[in-house]
Amino acid sequence: MTFSAEKSNMIEFKDVHKYYGDYHALRGITATIKAGEFFSLLGPSGCGKTTLLRTIAGFEGISSGAVMIDGKNMEGVPANQRPTNMVFQSYAIFPHLTVEQNVGFGLRKDPRSKAEKAAAVAEALEMVGLKGYGARAAHALSGGQRQRVALARALILKPKVLLLDEPLSALDKKMREQMQVELIKLQRQVGITFILVTHDQEEALVMSDRIAVMFDGQIAQLADPETLYRRPNSKQVADFIGTMNFLPAQILAEAEGRVEVEAQGFGRISLTADQVSVAPAGANPAIGFRPETLTILFDGQQPQDRESMATVEEVVYYGDMTYYDIKLDGTTAPMRLSMRNVFGRPVLDIGTRARVAWSPGALVLFR
Amino acid sequence: MKGGWFRVYTLAYLVFLYAPIALLPIFAFNNATTVAFPLEGFTAKWFAKLWEEPELHRALRNSLIIACSSSVLATTLGIFASRASTRYRFPGKAGLMGMIMLPLVLPEIILAVALLAVMLGIGMPLSLFTVILGHVLVCTPFSIAILSAAFQSLDQSLEEAAYDLGETPISAFRLIILPLVMPGIISSLLITFTISLDEFIMAFFLAGNENTLPVYIFGQFRFPQNVPVILALGTILVCLSIALLATAEYFRRRGIAKTGGKDTGGFL
Amino acid sequence: MKPTARGRFRGSEAANGLAMISPTAIYALLLLAAPLAMIFAYSFMTDGYLQIIPRFQLCNYFGPCHSYKLVDGVMTEAQTYNGVWSDPLAKALMLRSLIISLVVTATTVLLAFPVAYFVSFHVSPSKKSLWLFLITIPFWTSYLIRVFLWKVILGTGGVINTGLMELGIIQEPISWLLYNANSVVITLAHAYAPFAILPIFVALEKIDRSLLEAGRDLGESPFMTFVRVTLPLAMPGVISSVLIVFIPTIGDYVTPLLVGGPEGRMVANLIELSYKKLDNYPLGSAIAISSMGIVVAVSLLFLFLNRRFLKGNKA
Repeated sequence: MTFSAEKSNMIEFKDVHKYYGDYHALRGITATIKAGEFFSLLGPSGCGKTTLLRTIAGFEGISSGAVMIDGKNMEGVPANQRPTNMVFQSYAIFPHLTVEQNVGFGLRKDPRSKAEKAAAVAEALEMVGLKGYGARAAHALSGGQRQRVALARALILKPKVLLLDEPLSALDKKMREQMQVELIKLQRQVGITFILVTHDQEEALVMSDRIAVMFDGQIAQLADPETLYRRPNSKQVADFIGTMNFLPAQILAEAEGRVEVEAQGFGRISLTADQVSVAPAGANPAIGFRPETLTILFDGQQPQDRESMATVEEVVYYGDMTYYDIKLDGTTAPMRLSMRNVFGRPVLDIGTRARVAWSPGALVLFR
Repeated sequence: MKGGWFRVYTLAYLVFLYAPIALLPIFAFNNATTVAFPLEGFTAKWFAKLWEEPELHRALRNSLIIACSSSVLATTLGIFASRASTRYRFPGKAGLMGMIMLPLVLPEIILAVALLAVMLGIGMPLSLFTVILGHVLVCTPFSIAILSAAFQSLDQSLEEAAYDLGETPISAFRLIILPLVMPGIISSLLITFTISLDEFIMAFFLAGNENTLPVYIFGQFRFPQNVPVILALGTILVCLSIALLATAEYFRRRGIAKTGGKDTGGFL
Repeated sequence: MKPTARGRFRGSEAANGLAMISPTAIYALLLLAAPLAMIFAYSFMTDGYLQIIPRFQLCNYFGPCHSYKLVDGVMTEAQTYNGVWSDPLAKALMLRSLIISLVVTATTVLLAFPVAYFVSFHVSPSKKSLWLFLITIPFWTSYLIRVFLWKVILGTGGVINTGLMELGIIQEPISWLLYNANSVVITLAHAYAPFAILPIFVALEKIDRSLLEAGRDLGESPFMTFVRVTLPLAMPGVISSVLIVFIPTIGDYVTPLLVGGPEGRMVANLIELSYKKLDNYPLGSAIAISSMGIVVAVSLLFLFLNRRFLKGNKA
């Protein structure tokens, strides 16, 4: 999932600001999206992700800065002349037209012959798995079918960038998971840049090459999914993506790119510089770790790295997984720990004393 | 039966609502000059007499001119206002819309005398044109009520999708918005036509020496011997109104079905 | 940079909206607001027989007033008349109009509520618009002819009397049915029925049905659930139907004229008389403005009472 340097820049945001009246919706966005990338804008509602997407499409003007598409400044270029197409959250399928007419809508000024256009429409429908649906009335389609029509309608114009505004939020869970996979395949097949707006962190992790996490009109972190998950650069990002446990820590010494800390429950640890992130201003330093980086050691198992003692306080059984809330000795707050259920291994009861193994490499220091 | 006493009551209420209209054809075909029971046999002569009244024909022609012009003008103004109020936020919107919708509740007599005062004040002679000006004022709020529903059910992203797919604002309006609100426009034309055709007070004050159909009918009430003819005329008008309304309702529903919306009921 | 950028944004959407609404708004300004302002101004001027003398005075409202006439090029006093609030006849007519329209409003809304309730709660959703259509149809058919038909129904030689006499129930025709306030109330209640039903219906439709189930679940009887849940939630609809019936009825012209007789005349007839017969625009305008004042005052009172009612209900 790494990107080589020769990939060209498709979208460039240069210090983009956007005001609605007194409301500062985008606060200096600077970022680059590469050609052919599956890129996600992730954040809670109201963080400006949709606004940012709409500045690419040309539905929102910007107050200052620049939006470049394929090296061209888009200032003054209206939506209908930009090399982007959009899949709307509501899909925006024209209700008075058939599926074919919807998909072929953007071909009105295309110089090709009628037959060629019809062939293009059929091809686009086949690509999204709606072969033979062409003559159907648009308002008779299901949610999943509408979305496919919206995709075909946008992709038929061979845009440089496809913009997807929460395209899966209206679908049920099963359908959503199926469409996630289909969208990834489709993106690989057509090879154009996809930009997805979503508030669902799991969706973003599953689908994207890179993710920009946004809060309050700013990009908090821009990275590939793994970095984002393992090395969130701030407490806010860590909290938004997955679950993260925090333990109070004290910084003892810093030297040669390493940081020595004393953490509650863990004792003295030495961390590398890339394990250090930002905590909110005024907060005390803390060590953070994901639930799956702690492992309960059952009888006879040898510790892999380091080991602490803990008490089980709560057990939540999920079938394939079990979540434990445990309290490490010497700490005050319970930590969330997740264990994959393996055949033959018991689920622990509340109150059980357990040995817990952990590894310093999985920790992040927020300071 | 669902509703029990409520159903009985509502049916009785409908009888009350329809009583006058039901009597209309009964006496229009009754072979007597006095309008009273018992009935005196069937006749169509009152309808035949309608052909012999040149004054009536002139009034009808005037009313049609007024109703056609007013419905087109009111619907045009209605399109502007309802599009503006459903699509844009702008300062003073509530106040402007309130002023435009005011004739819906203002007693018509006050509108009529105010317009009369202005027309005479600026020296504009009373004519069919002044009636049209008044009728447009009365019809526009109804048009807006109908068209706002049509514009409201329009998802704004449909319009954006059209821009996104390469259309200009004008072609997007023509290709997407117009077809989708067309049923509402037709419905508005029919309803405002019906209102204008029936409107009496404005015409009474603003028509000058000309007659419109309601003004003519009002005049005929003074002559008891003409009453059966008026009832015959009324029968035709009522049938015409119902036909126009049923058509309007048909288009309104088709509009809702087209946009895939949910039917929430009446015109108002 | 910030303010200009902001200004540019505001400019674009607000300007588009204003441009879009301007044809309609300008029309309403010229043919509604300006005329209303004009009769307001007229009501303070002096009647000069076929012309208005722009001389400010209050006597069209209070006290004796003089009208003038051009005699040999000189304005001379022609007639003396009473201002609206000093004229016993005008005051009586305004009071009567107010009472009649209050009675009409109460009757219409009370009669309409069960109908709206039935259509909203007991009619299957697919049939609702058919019922509403049935209810609205009479409203759209010629108002004049409908009013006239009530005359035919209620008159001494009319349908009710001839029918009842034919059946032997009465010997003499009942005379109190027509040409008085009763007939005006019946006719107006009939004319404004759909106006009263629709707003109540809309308010009832908006009520989440699970709220009623919650009311029952919490131990209230169906009737008390209606009183404590349905009615307060339907109140906005009731208020709008009260206003939408009350405001136009107070100025109704045709009904009092055709079925009201001398006892049923209302303020609109007086306005017409001043404008068309007497050609006294300042007086006519003063009557019109006065009745609008009454309408506004009573409407505000309704709104105020409703707010009190809803507040009291919450406590």
